[in-house]
This record gives sequence, C-alpha cells and structure tokens, in this order.
Amino acid sequence: MAAPGVTAAPELLDLRLVFVTGKGGVGKTTIAAGLAQLAAEQGKRVLVCEVDAKGDVASLFESPPTGFTPREVAPGVWSMSMDTEASLREYLKLHLRIPVVGRIGPLARAFDFVATAAPGVREILTVGKLCWEVRESHYDLVVVDAPASGHIIGQLAAPQAINDLVKVGLIRSQTDWMLDILSDPRQTGLVAVCTPEEMPVSETLELCTRVREETTVRMSAVVVNRVLPELFSQREEEIFEQLRAPETEHVLSERVGGPVAPVLEAARLAVTMRRTRSVHLQRLQAGLFPDMPVLLMPYLFARGFGARTTRQVARSLGEELGL
Amino acid sequence: MTAARPGTAKTVGQLLAAKDIVIACGPGGVGKTTTAASLAATAVVEEGGRVLVLTVDPARRLADALGLKGIGNDEVRIPDEVFTDAAARPRGQLWAAMLDTKQSWDDLIRAHAPDEATREQILANPLYQNISGRFVQSHDYIAMERLYEIHCEGKYDLIVVDTPPTRNALDFLDAPQRMADFFSSRLLRWLIVPYRSRVVNMASRPFYQVADRILGTQFLADISEFFILFQSMYKGFVERAEAVTRLLSDRRTTFMVVSTLEATPVREAEFFSAELTARKLHLGAIVLNKVLPEYLCDPRTDKLAQSMKARAEELAEGLTDDPVVARRVVGEVAESFLNFGVVARREAEQQAELKGAPDVLVTVPFFDADIYDMAGLLQLGAQVWE
Repeated sequence: MAAPGVTAAPELLDLRLVFVTGKGGVGKTTIAAGLAQLAAEQGKRVLVCEVDAKGDVASLFESPPTGFTPREVAPGVWSMSMDTEASLREYLKLHLRIPVVGRIGPLARAFDFVATAAPGVREILTVGKLCWEVRESHYDLVVVDAPASGHIIGQLAAPQAINDLVKVGLIRSQTDWMLDILSDPRQTGLVAVCTPEEMPVSETLELCTRVREETTVRMSAVVVNRVLPELFSQREEEIFEQLRAPETEHVLSERVGGPVAPVLEAARLAVTMRRTRSVHLQRLQAGLFPDMPVLLMPYLFARGFGARTTRQVARSLGEELGL
Repeated sequence: MTAARPGTAKTVGQLLAAKDIVIACGPGGVGKTTTAASLAATAVVEEGGRVLVLTVDPARRLADALGLKGIGNDEVRIPDEVFTDAAARPRGQLWAAMLDTKQSWDDLIRAHAPDEATREQILANPLYQNISGRFVQSHDYIAMERLYEIHCEGKYDLIVVDTPPTRNALDFLDAPQRMADFFSSRLLRWLIVPYRSRVVNMASRPFYQVADRILGTQFLADISEFFILFQSMYKGFVERAEAVTRLLSDRRTTFMVVSTLEATPVREAEFFSAELTARKLHLGAIVLNKVLPEYLCDPRTDKLAQSMKARAEELAEGLTDDPVVARRVVGEVAESFLNFGVVARREAEQQAELKGAPDVLVTVPFFDADIYDMAGLLQLGAQVWE
C-alpha cells in the first residue's frame, strides 16, 4: 500500500491514470472533463473514459456521445465510453487470438453469463482496459469518470478480488500487472469530488478510509465543487445590515425605482447558504489527512454546461494546482 | 392492469393516504433518504397507523435523529418522545429499518435452502460471500426482496422505501426479473452439466474452451459447485422474484421520484419518470428538493438589480456610515442576485419540462440549515405533504 505524502497535488497531472469519483450529483463528470482539458492545455495527450456510459463527457466538449473507440473531442482530448463486452472482445483478439468476427451472438451470451456468474468480471474488464491503455502508452494521461463512490471500491478492488478467487487461467495471469499499475502512486491516483454539503462530505471521508483499507490505490486529492463565493467581509456585512433596515431599504427602493427587498433577500440567502456549507467544508478538512490536497472549485453561475464551462473548470483546477 | 392509470391524488398527503407502499427513487445526492424519512414521520403525525421507513444508508445525523443508533436489519420503533421533543403528536407509530445486504442474503438462503448441509455449503462458499457482501448490484435485488418480505408480514399500513444508490436508477426495478432469468438461463444449465455428467456435447464445447482459458478450470468448477447448490433453491427463488415484480406493479404501490433541478439529476429524473410510465408503474409524485426561490426569476427585479449594479455609487450615498463600503455592498448584492437569477431561470425551465408526468409535482425550497432532527424532518415533510 502506498505511503501517505508521496504525491503532492501539482503532480496530479504527472500521473498516468486518474480515477475521478464522488457521490452522485456532485459534478464528478464536470471535474473529470475539466481535468482532461487542463492536461491537454498543458500539452498532454489525454484519454477521458466514461465508465457509466451516459454520454455526458462528450457533451461537455460539445461533441456527440462517443463509443468504445476513442474520438478526439477537443485538441488533445480523446473521449471513450466503457463497454465491457467490447473490452472482452478486444482482449480476446489481442491476447488469445480467438477469432470473434461474425460470431458475436454466442460470445455475447457467454459473456453475459460469465459476467453475471462471476462477480468482478465486469469490473476487471473495465479496469483491465484502462490499465492496458496506460501500459501501451497510447496516451500521456487516462482520466476516468469513474463510478460513484459507493461503487468505486468494488471496481478498484476487483483485480485483488479476482486474484483471491481465480487461482489459474489467463485472467489470473493478467491481474498481476494491473495491480502493479494501480498500486504505483507515481502512476495511478484517485480524486474524490464532493460538494460542501453534509452527505457528500461524510461519504468522502468514508471513502478515504475505505480506499486506504480495501484497495492498493492512492488517494491523490479531494476536489470540493460548487464552493459559493464569500459575499461579504465582516465590515461589509455590517453595512449590509444597515442597508436592510426598513427606512434605509425604503430610501434605496425609491432611488432605484422599485422594491429592492428581493435583491437584498437573495443576498441574505447567499450568505446563509455559504455559511451552512462552510461548516461542512471545515468538517471535511478536519477529517482528512493534513497532507491531503484539497482543491476548491467555485460555484458556476452558468446557463448550462458545455465546452465553455469545461474550460472554466480547467482554469480553476489549474489555479488550485498552482499552474 | 390498473397501475398506470393516473390517480386522483392532488397532494403527496393524499397519495400516501391511498397507498401501501411508496418507493422513493431517483438520482443520488438529492436528499432521497431525508425525503423518505420525513414523509414517513409526517404520515405518522398526519394520518396515524403503523408506518415503516426502510432505508439503505442514512446519514449518521439523520439516523441519530430517528434514534436509529446501532440497528440492523430488524425494524425498530422510533420512540414517541422523539416526536414530542419536536413539539409534534404522533397519531401512530413510526418504525425504521436499515438494509443490511449481507444479512438479508443470509436470511434468504436460510429460508430457501432445502436442507442444513446445502445451507451451510452455500453460506461458506467464497463466491457466495463475494456476491452477497462485496458486489453492489446485489443490493438492488435484496432491497426489493426485503420490501416484499416485510409487506407480506402485513404489519404496516404504509411502507416508505428509500432505494439504494444504483449505477443506473432502473437496476433495482429489473433486479427481480434478472434474478429469475438468471436462474432459468440455459447457459447456467450448460455450465453445470459437464460437472454433473462429464459429457460435454458438441454444441457447448467451444464455450468451455473459451471459458477455461479465460477463467481457469478451477474457478469454473467453483462457480459450478455454487450454482449446483443454488439450483436446489431454483423454484423458490424464481417464484419469489416473480412475486416481487408483481408487488412493484400492484396498484397499492406508487413511485416517488426525488430530484433537484440541477442539470444531471433532473435529466436522470426525467428518464426515470419516462421509464416508470413505460413499464406501467405508477408515478405518484415528483419531489424537487433545494429549489431556489421564485423571486430570483422575476424580470422586474432583475432590471432593478442591473440598475443597482450600474449605479451603486450614487444609490449608496448617505445611506450608511461608510459610503465606500456601502457602494461595494450595493454592487455585490446586485451582482449576487443576477448570478443566482441565471441559475434560478435555468432551473425553472427544467421544472417546466417535468410538469404533467406525475399525479403530483412538489417543490421544496432551499432550507437555511441542514436537516438533522425530527423537527427538521417534520418541517420538510409539511412542505411536501400539502
């Protein structure tokens, strides 16, 4: 297992394989896309792979959904969607020289069966494909839009689980080199994404423990997404309260030419939201190892998500990494 | 089938009063667990009766609020004091249970194994331990299985289910059928036959050659042993899985999709609603959490904010004891309104697209604080109920 404190956050982009995970709905796909974009802007060839194929990664580059075969969606960024059956087919072709052209039907059935019967087969085919891309050096960096934190452990622990279950055979002989890549903190890292809210923070802290205890993969950084801006300094807040006094608010409304109460109320809401969230941010920082890099990503007040926001995310990540 | 017929419920309260089972589903991270717990608690206050909330993995603070410390698979009663401490009067009983996947699988094996020897062999099988303990897909089936079990005992007037987080929100709907298909699979028989008879027929030989080379003979033998053992429970399992599927489409069961209005969750919620309808399952309600206040979308206020931003200096003059800071504050307040307005309008548009699908569509505003006790749950519940 990796010793803590080997990798600092700026070296995140020097890794070869980065798994981006997080509780559902915290924006891990956005962060994965932003990370890929940033690495590409730094001159790297990047493969970003979506494990739960929903077509979201490609859409963040304004591109139609990609399949198992990678396609360049932005300069230096190739996108693909994981397909375990295609992964098996590729594996059989490359390693076993088993001709599968034309006779996909029986294979698909056999695959379905084996994958259901033997837990971990789907996971190993996913992790195997990713590790294979790293080993073959087709790309400088492989960014994985990985399963949500509830599922990532099963994914990352699959090679070990297979090692324990399967004593001989080709899969067994393949898990050793995968484990080498996954366990090497200079090659592989895990990035946990969360938001400064109760459940995401709790789940991230739990994930850190489980990753350490149940996998050989190293946690590289925690990304806190959607951090609201600090609206006021203390002095500004005092002045804000003066403005909210009924007579002052009335004067302000007259000067602007309409009721400003909703505008002031919205600011109060923003302050409250920020405050509730900062409690969770503090809880996160207190619960993590002191040397764990924490990257804070600003809330994006955007109309929608696409190439433009992906570049914004890349810029913020770059700033947080000190680039 | 009557399940797909639109119901008459106008509010979530009416919906819950008319149903035996409410299944809260939807994307992760939208407050599904909290919503399920708050509705169950509110049902106890408003309707009475015995209400169970079956949850998967509640936040620890929420568990504390419900007095769920240290409970496992068994249902426990939430003491009435938890309600009275929150200044509420329970008219019935609130029960809660957490889903322990491993424990539920073991119980299932105990119930279905034909004899003690088979039971012990299965429980000790490393493959079984892997399936039941480690791999998340098995949550999906077991959650529905457990619901069926509890429903059949008939102890509750209302069961609110918080579905497990799944890769795909639909996995748990398909899980019972997948389980039945799996045990009826011809491939399963193929796999088991040679280890029984040692005669491999011509048709299946290539399959074994490939499987052997990939997985190794020993592992295949392990799998086979496991499934031969499981075969003894085949009939029970398939019948059970079919009964679970029937329960989901029963007219006493309704689904409640929980989401926020953020882009990804709302897309998943939309997809999920469409799938429920396509499967003739009853979509009772959509609950949208953490919705920004409507005044953020008001075009008139938006104009005022723009003007405030542009004329901050002149507007702030003489209003406070510090004109320099006041000018900055007026500008920032206006800017913040405009920023949140962008998000609120995006969300309002997404909400409009969801209308029409369910019997009831409810929005829940952003709460100032997190919900961590019964008072908070009931406050949220009151918002959703009417």
